[in-house]
Amino acid sequence: MNETMPYILCMILFCIGIYAMLAKRNLIRIIIGLSIAEYAVNLFLILVAYKSGGQAPIFDDRAMPPTSMVDPLPHALVLTSIVIGLATTAFMIALAIRLYGKYGTFDITRMRELRG
Amino acid sequence: MTLIVRTVTRLTIGLILLYGLYIVLHGHLTPGGGFAGGVIVALSFINLTLAFGGKTSAGVFSGESAHLVEALGAIMFLALALLGLQWGGFFDNFIHADGEPGMLVSAGIIPLANIAILLKVGAGIFSIFLALIVVQNFEEGDRQ
Amino acid sequence: MISPGTIPLFVAVPLAGAFLTALLRRVKGLPDALGVMTTVGTFAMSIFAVLSLLPGQRMLLDIGSWGPLADMGRIVGIQLALDGLSTFMLVVVNFIAFVVAVYSINYMARFTSKELFYTLFLLMVAGMNGVIITGDLFNLFVFVEIASLASYALVAFGTGKRELEAAFKYAVMGGVGSLLVLLGIILLYGNTGTLNMADMSRWLAGHPGSEALRNLVIGLFVAGFGLKAALVPFHAWLPDAHPSAPAPISAMLSGVLIKSLGVYALCRLIFNVFGITPQLSSLLMTLGALSMSIGVVLALRQWDMKRLLAYHSISQIGYIILGIGIGTPLGILGGLFHLFNHSIFKSLLFLDAGAVEYSAGTRNLKELGGLSRRMPVTSWTTLSASMSIAGVPPFSGFWSKLIIIMACVDRGLWFLASVTVLVSILTLASFMKIMRYGFLGMLKDAFAKVSEVPAFMRIALVVLALVCILGGLLLLPPFKDGFLGQAVSVLLAGRGV
Repeated sequence: MNETMPYILCMILFCIGIYAMLAKRNLIRIIIGLSIAEYAVNLFLILVAYKSGGQAPIFDDRAMPPTSMVDPLPHALVLTSIVIGLATTAFMIALAIRLYGKYGTFDITRMRELRG
Repeated sequence: MTLIVRTVTRLTIGLILLYGLYIVLHGHLTPGGGFAGGVIVALSFINLTLAFGGKTSAGVFSGESAHLVEALGAIMFLALALLGLQWGGFFDNFIHADGEPGMLVSAGIIPLANIAILLKVGAGIFSIFLALIVVQNFEEGDRQ
Repeated sequence: MISPGTIPLFVAVPLAGAFLTALLRRVKGLPDALGVMTTVGTFAMSIFAVLSLLPGQRMLLDIGSWGPLADMGRIVGIQLALDGLSTFMLVVVNFIAFVVAVYSINYMARFTSKELFYTLFLLMVAGMNGVIITGDLFNLFVFVEIASLASYALVAFGTGKRELEAAFKYAVMGGVGSLLVLLGIILLYGNTGTLNMADMSRWLAGHPGSEALRNLVIGLFVAGFGLKAALVPFHAWLPDAHPSAPAPISAMLSGVLIKSLGVYALCRLIFNVFGITPQLSSLLMTLGALSMSIGVVLALRQWDMKRLLAYHSISQIGYIILGIGIGTPLGILGGLFHLFNHSIFKSLLFLDAGAVEYSAGTRNLKELGGLSRRMPVTSWTTLSASMSIAGVPPFSGFWSKLIIIMACVDRGLWFLASVTVLVSILTLASFMKIMRYGFLGMLKDAFAKVSEVPAFMRIALVVLALVCILGGLLLLPPFKDGFLGQAVSVLLAGRGV
């Protein structure tokens, strides 16, 4: 149970993010929900890289043999993913600001121009 | 902004900029690299804008120059990748200057790639900030 | 001809064009020239790639010269791969990009900041090319994100109320789709230990492993890439996003983006990494049939020209997935040929709708009428595209739909074949509606002064219409073996190659 606890909590975080996207009416809360879900997926990626009793993957004087270091590849993937998440969030916030200017509200139930 | 914020900003802007450049230049030795350093450098300009207002900060580093620097950073990175085609493969590490691991001058093209990313990310995040504040508030009073 | 070292140019050239446009945006006329020149360049390179690739050959390039590890043979770097399916998709994407770039010279003059348009447009082309040539799974995700982000920004380009609302909806749903894909990639990496698609398929073939994990990952990929491809039930963003974009971008989105990001990625993963199974085949066929029917039925009550075309996009993607899902050589041939045809005639239809909007100022079919007198080029090209999408011989759409129906009958799926024919008839009805209300009939007084669209737009429309009419020739033996046949055989080769 102790080993799987971080994974379970990570999935709960992901579900919280998805819930926020589905159930909230405010534009900003939807964006925050998407960000939370993205951070949960990044956290999951780091958890996949972990190895029990592992060490940071740096070669210096006190380094252990490479097979007992944590996997460094997902760390590079997470860096890329964080940047992509930042760009998406920044774009959606700019959209939300403009939408507020056009509609006067952040409430998505008021934005029903496109239907049918 | 108040006097305290302005004075502290005047003292610390140079330090923040220098710290960001340090993280970028040592990207192949310590954690950080182009992206983290770029964000810190952008933060120093954002600090300037928040403390002194848009007009003063536009005199130092305007939105136009941010756009130019951003494109230059991307072109520099692409040029590094394509130059690698000449001497080895695409994105090949073509500077074989034989530095030792742990020294500042080592690891081939990686420091140059870090500098290109610094230009792009720093200018990019500053442009994002400008894009978010240029649309003024619609009901509150004016900010600076 | 083409050598492995030139494969990255498919991404590098549009990327360089995008940032040079951003750099030199004050120079008059330079963004247009750069946009057209880069797309001409990539189109020419894709034709070279088709001509010079030997049958069954796969060209590989290791980025940064990181070859496979000597002792274990595992691939550690990012590999770019070019095979029959990739060259087929590259030709489709770059041809449409070139035609749309020519069309935008005139159309985008009505918008402000035209240079930003070309930057984003070339970024999207670079992203789509990257998706097609990459051989690494996370690299695929990164390029999908590049193309998606550029397309979110392009949908919002007009910055009116509807464009912003549609772009927000598209961005949120696209973001969720990307998250599902990333989750699938992480689970696969944790299971196999590699990100390279060829390596992964060999590993998956060699280690039977956990069925539940593979089914979960396949489900996540179908959901994530299905959302990018607008399969039913993940289609809700498309009828808002595609009409709200400027017409050249609607053509790119409907014509190539949903195919490169959605259909190509899904097929590559299902056929070449996981291996097609009967359950997967029925899943794809069910989704395809659902998309076909729901798309065409919902399109029947639309009076906005572009929204009608958007619903038909959903329906035609259903055709493609149905054809590919059947899994037999005939089915895959029909599906891929329909992919090619749909890119051509759907882009043509959206560009025509844009031409109507450019000249007459409205897209509502109830307000239009009798435009064929004043806009002959537009109405003739719309007629050829409508005949093609409805499946009237000898236009190109007829041949691909016929092959898909034959493949259904071949497998004994009589119900699906009859659904396909029914959907085709309903498609014909919708497009007769467009022709009758938009182009034929009495010319309303409000439109007495409309004129034909400017020169570049006309060239783009005529070129696409010619390919619509002559598209059936691609089934003749010399063309079929080199072009479509290569793509089909790559998918049929399955995994572990």
